[in-house]
Amino acid sequence: MPVSDRLLPIPTPETQHFWDGAREGELRLQRCCDCAHVYFPPRPFCPKCAHREVEVFRASGRAALYSYVINHRPAPGLKPPFAIAVVQLEEGPRMMTNIVDCEQTPEALILDMPLQVRFADQSEEIRLPVFGPCNTKEKE
Amino acid sequence: MRCAVAIVGAAETTELGKLPGISQIQLHADAALNAMKDCGLTLSDIDGIATAGESPTNLAHYLGIVPTWADGTSVGGCSFMLHVRHATAAIEAGLCETVLITHGESGRSRVGRGEFAGNRASLQGQFELPFGPIGPPTLFTMPVLRFMKEYDIRIEEVAMVAVVQREWAAMNPRASFRDPIDVDAVLNSKMIAYPFRKLMCCLVTDGGGALILTSAERAKDFPTRPVYVAGSGESIETPMVSQMEDFTSSRAFRVAGERAFASAGISHADVDHLMIYDAFAHLPLFGLEDLGFVGRGESAKFIGERNTAPGGKLPLNTNGGGLSYMHSGMYGMYALQESVRQLRGTAPAQVEGAKISFCLGVGGMFGASGAVVLSNEVL
Ligand SMILES: [Zn+2]
Repeated sequence: MPVSDRLLPIPTPETQHFWDGAREGELRLQRCCDCAHVYFPPRPFCPKCAHREVEVFRASGRAALYSYVINHRPAPGLKPPFAIAVVQLEEGPRMMTNIVDCEQTPEALILDMPLQVRFADQSEEIRLPVFGPCNTKEKE
Repeated sequence: MRCAVAIVGAAETTELGKLPGISQIQLHADAALNAMKDCGLTLSDIDGIATAGESPTNLAHYLGIVPTWADGTSVGGCSFMLHVRHATAAIEAGLCETVLITHGESGRSRVGRGEFAGNRASLQGQFELPFGPIGPPTLFTMPVLRFMKEYDIRIEEVAMVAVVQREWAAMNPRASFRDPIDVDAVLNSKMIAYPFRKLMCCLVTDGGGALILTSAERAKDFPTRPVYVAGSGESIETPMVSQMEDFTSSRAFRVAGERAFASAGISHADVDHLMIYDAFAHLPLFGLEDLGFVGRGESAKFIGERNTAPGGKLPLNTNGGGLSYMHSGMYGMYALQESVRQLRGTAPAQVEGAKISFCLGVGGMFGASGAVVLSNEVL
């Protein structure tokens, strides 16, 4: 597989489950076993109540477009103009991502539009969670 | 204690702008030497140092200072506001007598500075950088579309921030950009990261600045008019803009601002002059709201109605700001310098009779904040 020119993540022991999940086509979040807080990015303790017992679960992958910019300058592994977005996950946390299968224009990118996660291959190890409009089929 | 410590020395580098003949550490030194000359001190008088961007170790060695107190707090462009706050506490506690705070940055020419290399194993490296952000223009701006939607703000109103600040810059001979602009000019400038055009983004220049602080008691013996530290505040939120609690408000601004007002014992009506770190045009909007000068969603209208413009009731970013004056990367020092000039009565666009200046800094992409209340009278 050709390796993407993007700045690819280097997983740590505390985040490995997330990247393993992405490789398997699952968006994984964590939930506190004490206060039920759902959070992101990954940590082996609850950032709300400091409880150490937390569980990893598969998120629905449903999200809404929370905010974005459309970058017009050169970026490694991406062709400008492209959107860098923050999505609001159904389970609560927000995450940065790209929006795919959608024109990268203000007219097409409407705040609060419903999105569904998909995974973009970058290397043997890394698939990035990206999001596309709900009404288009996932390319698989 | 309020006003127990004063700024007695303040200066910027001899030149600002494009300075390919000066390395970053020398920009620190040039500013430091100018600030010492400003208040008649020599290197052996300095027993405390604080800096960001360079390590205090590099600074002490380069200048030949023997510190008994050092602060290397480095949380982005507001680090110098935190240094003022920490130095004030250190002087009051008797840890040192005279503190030098320096900034120098070869932001444009990049002479003698390390290259930015994102840590791909950090949380930001794993969960933001893979999606293609290219520094502040694509990260700092991320909350803006949400902010605009939430409060029904038009891009023309955001552009107005840059227009008004250019009016202030026009009065300042040291400002990088002084020609008047209008909203059309801003909205026709090059697209950087939608909805941000070039004229809504800060400059990138080289320069530096330095401050010297000592006890209010000793400040009486200096040739300069003392500028007292009346109050201050600081806070941190997140290294990842995507994880901000609220895209329409900075928690760090709110926490630092509240503490600064409370410790100074002042209300909004007492503020004669305001600086809000403006790396991008939306920062004064967030700052005005988070400090409580206006209600939620009212900042764009407040600026549009010329309240912060020359002749307005709340003069804001009177040096022209990061959008028009200068911005080396860690702009906070220049905001503090302008507050000091206004309170000494030496600013190019002087606010008549200014007694209290409020100076708000930001670090990272809404990651940190420092706020300082300065006064030319003991409060
Ligand atoms: Zn919990």
